[in-house]
Amino acid sequence: MTYLAKPKLHHPTLPVNRLGFTRRDYEGKISTLCAGCGHDSISAAIIHACWELAIEPHKVAKMSGIGCSSKTPDYFLGNSHGFNTVHGRMPSVLTGANLANRELLYLGVSGDGDSASIGFGQFAHSIRRGVNMVYIVENNGVYGLTKGQFSATADKGSKSKRGVLNSDESIDMVMVALQLGATFVARSFSGDKAQLVPLIEAAIEHKGSAFIDVISPCVAFNNHDGSTRSYDYVREHNEAVNRIDFIKTREEITTDYAPGTVQEVVQHDRSVLRLRKVALNYDASDRVNAMNYLQQRAQLGEIVTGLLYVHPGSEDLHEHLNTVDTPLNRLGTKELCPGSAALEKLNASMR
Amino acid sequence: MKPIAAVNDFVVKFANVNGSGSASANETFAKSIIRHGVPVSPRNIFPSNIQGLPTWYEIRVTEQGYLGRRGGVDMMVAMNPQTWDADIKEIEPGGYLFYDSTKPLPKSKFRDDINVIGMPLTEICNSTYTDPRQRQLFKNIMYVGALAALLDMDAEKIVGVIGDQYGGKEKLLKSNIHALQLGLDYARSHFECPIGLRVKKSNGVGNRILVEGNSAAALGCVYGGATVCAWYPITPSSSLAEAFSAYCNKLRVDAKTGKNKFAIVQAEDELASIGMVTGAGWNGARSFTATSGPGVSLMQEFIGLAYFAEIPVTIIDVQRAGPSTGMPTRTQQSDVLSCAYASHGDTKHVLLFPEDPRECFDFAAECLDLADRLQTPVFLMTDLDIGMNQRLCEPFAWDDSRSYDRGKVMSHEDLEAAKDFGRYVDVDGDGIPYRTLPATHPTKGGYFTRGTSRNTYAIYSEAGPDYTYNMQRLLRKFETAKELVPKPVERKSAKGSRFGVIYYGSTSPAMKEAIDRLEEQGLNVDAMRVRAFPFHESIIDFVAAHDHVFVVEQNRDAQLRTLMMNEGAIDPAKLMPVLHYDGTPITARFIVAEIAQRLSAFNVQPIKKGKAA
Repeated sequence: MTYLAKPKLHHPTLPVNRLGFTRRDYEGKISTLCAGCGHDSISAAIIHACWELAIEPHKVAKMSGIGCSSKTPDYFLGNSHGFNTVHGRMPSVLTGANLANRELLYLGVSGDGDSASIGFGQFAHSIRRGVNMVYIVENNGVYGLTKGQFSATADKGSKSKRGVLNSDESIDMVMVALQLGATFVARSFSGDKAQLVPLIEAAIEHKGSAFIDVISPCVAFNNHDGSTRSYDYVREHNEAVNRIDFIKTREEITTDYAPGTVQEVVQHDRSVLRLRKVALNYDASDRVNAMNYLQQRAQLGEIVTGLLYVHPGSEDLHEHLNTVDTPLNRLGTKELCPGSAALEKLNASMR
Repeated sequence: MKPIAAVNDFVVKFANVNGSGSASANETFAKSIIRHGVPVSPRNIFPSNIQGLPTWYEIRVTEQGYLGRRGGVDMMVAMNPQTWDADIKEIEPGGYLFYDSTKPLPKSKFRDDINVIGMPLTEICNSTYTDPRQRQLFKNIMYVGALAALLDMDAEKIVGVIGDQYGGKEKLLKSNIHALQLGLDYARSHFECPIGLRVKKSNGVGNRILVEGNSAAALGCVYGGATVCAWYPITPSSSLAEAFSAYCNKLRVDAKTGKNKFAIVQAEDELASIGMVTGAGWNGARSFTATSGPGVSLMQEFIGLAYFAEIPVTIIDVQRAGPSTGMPTRTQQSDVLSCAYASHGDTKHVLLFPEDPRECFDFAAECLDLADRLQTPVFLMTDLDIGMNQRLCEPFAWDDSRSYDRGKVMSHEDLEAAKDFGRYVDVDGDGIPYRTLPATHPTKGGYFTRGTSRNTYAIYSEAGPDYTYNMQRLLRKFETAKELVPKPVERKSAKGSRFGVIYYGSTSPAMKEAIDRLEEQGLNVDAMRVRAFPFHESIIDFVAAHDHVFVVEQNRDAQLRTLMMNEGAIDPAKLMPVLHYDGTPITARFIVAEIAQRLSAFNVQPIKKGKAA
């Protein structure tokens, strides 16, 4: 909404986080997306999550590809470095950036065209490598910037704004992520901030490939009758399996839970994820059951949301590669160059 | 028929079956000659295949140190029935044929004008060994033994090479030496040894080393400080990434923690490998990928991003014969244009052309410095001939006082001191802006990198002046690069000439020999070896100083010539292409014939010795 200038002043009583930052300090430039776009709600959720977790903005790298969703990193965390790369290739750039400096938070933002079509391969391979990242797909089932073509996540049988029926099978990115070994897999809805913010926070805390599929209706091209990605449709068919209540050991337990309604997951760094179960028989630590459950519910036309799978003892690419603790981009000539004496030995072995 | 007689100056070619274990024996043979102090230039001529197809190994023994391919064969070791007829045909009149005579062959399979030496290798192996694999493998080392006797070699030198190869593996060492001895003994008792071709101890090798260009470039990347390597397997570059991995495991593992000061990822394709390299370069780690022509084609979009968003990237292109899949195991210099102008829109990229493994080492390290300094993609343009063949070259050298040039990267202190930071502002007038890395400063220096146009403060902009400012600045930066890249190397003829010749990369050894041959014929040309693009002023001056300049290349379309015409505004009539592109390495014979013929068309009279020019 470019026509509304954002006021620079803000209310003096705005709450600050541990670092002394207000939520406004985590904002970026004014969005140029359409009024009511689901993506802006996701940006707001990212801002909220980063503020709440007191993430240092300069230690975040925002990575994206091309498309409406990929524009959004300009609209949050204005003090962070961002990289708007090429269409469908954000995962490889993120992977390389991550290899260069393992200490940053890598926030990959992509869309369904970017990640399920042109970049399907890169999405898949970054997940299976276990790159330590938060990978958010802002999924609206449509190409917005090029005005309304179906994307690969559009449901079979759904109708485009121009009235065309989609005859292709859709790609469920959550199923793909599960199959490829993502160690944190969630789905949410841009219209459900209460669910989305804790999921983003939990994904940030998670070590390894954390994937969140966020259904994000396109108000311009995919919010009509016959669409399965409209606000109305998603609200009607949204079936949450759980709600994250908190994600840190240091927080006090203040809520009383009925027996059998809570699942706790102790993560790699000993932080605890507390899930309040909505579907009582759903176990978020069982990958095979998660996949079965999702298939069954999809048959019934339900959109299952929540933290669908989390693997507590996950590893990341740096562990697989056994890289040093110091970020590679901080190693200098002294640490990297073996020197002339070693070279002389090598010369001798080549004679 | 007069048998060829030559000491330390002949070509031996081995015709083998791929996967039969011949490569190691042939290499042992080549190295043994070097240990006589005699330079050799070995070349693998191999198919895109793992087992079964024909493969050749050609060794040029060259006292004078001409390391280019000579052409012609003085002795053929014909071990492959599939290629027998063609192999026999290739032998020079008076040359020698060594073959496995276990199965009798009709007279029609031979030639009258060559010397035939048959040894029942299979029969000897079958009676000595029971294991089928041993029968195959020891056949190879056995013919090396026979050749040692025929060529009057010092068998101890071969034993030395085998000893280095199997040091510590006593059983293997013993059995190999036994096989070698069987070959030696048989040849000495059945043939008249030595034959006309002989290896005589010399001191022509000096302290030179024998190494493959791919291995050398990989080592250059280690010394140059590359920490991230992302690659996708493709002939002829795969061995480069594998060598990088091997050298890193040897030289870059932290002694205390056992952890790696490097990260190597075999990506899912070339798009991902260049993407990772771009991401790592953006984030301040020195990174590179190794690929070949088809990979460069796939990387085009990212190369444009790295050019426009100004990200250090090093790409090593081990060129092979294109277009398309082309001839994957044959050499060419046919990616010059596709790399120089890679990607859509107006782009230009820095290219370095190494002549041999030593320059592969030097230039690989140089590329990493240049990429950081210029914040742009830099290509190391090697090829299969340099990359996958062992070549004698000057030993590697490194100045321990050298430290990496990380270019214009602002530190926390710089940001504190600076009044202003604009990512794309040309502060110094050299076209190179300043950059920051994530996590440098909590509130200063953050910016958004994009492939879309932007103003000097990295803010999205489609305003014409913002766009053209940036494009002009990129041109200024390319101008700056001219003085930073390796300068050309000039070789003036003693008497001066109105004719010049320009060449680059793996053409170098053949050209060195060709110039000597031409001079012997009284044909003088001045020569210049181009080592980089953008072209240094002296290259344009060289062309201006001569009436005509031959541009010798290993591609069909005279790509460097096109680049020179385009970038140097040179009259096309002045630049005469000399093109060799059948996939085999260019030879001095070819260059001499081409240039001599063209010169005669210009009515150039050979200068008689003792007469003035």
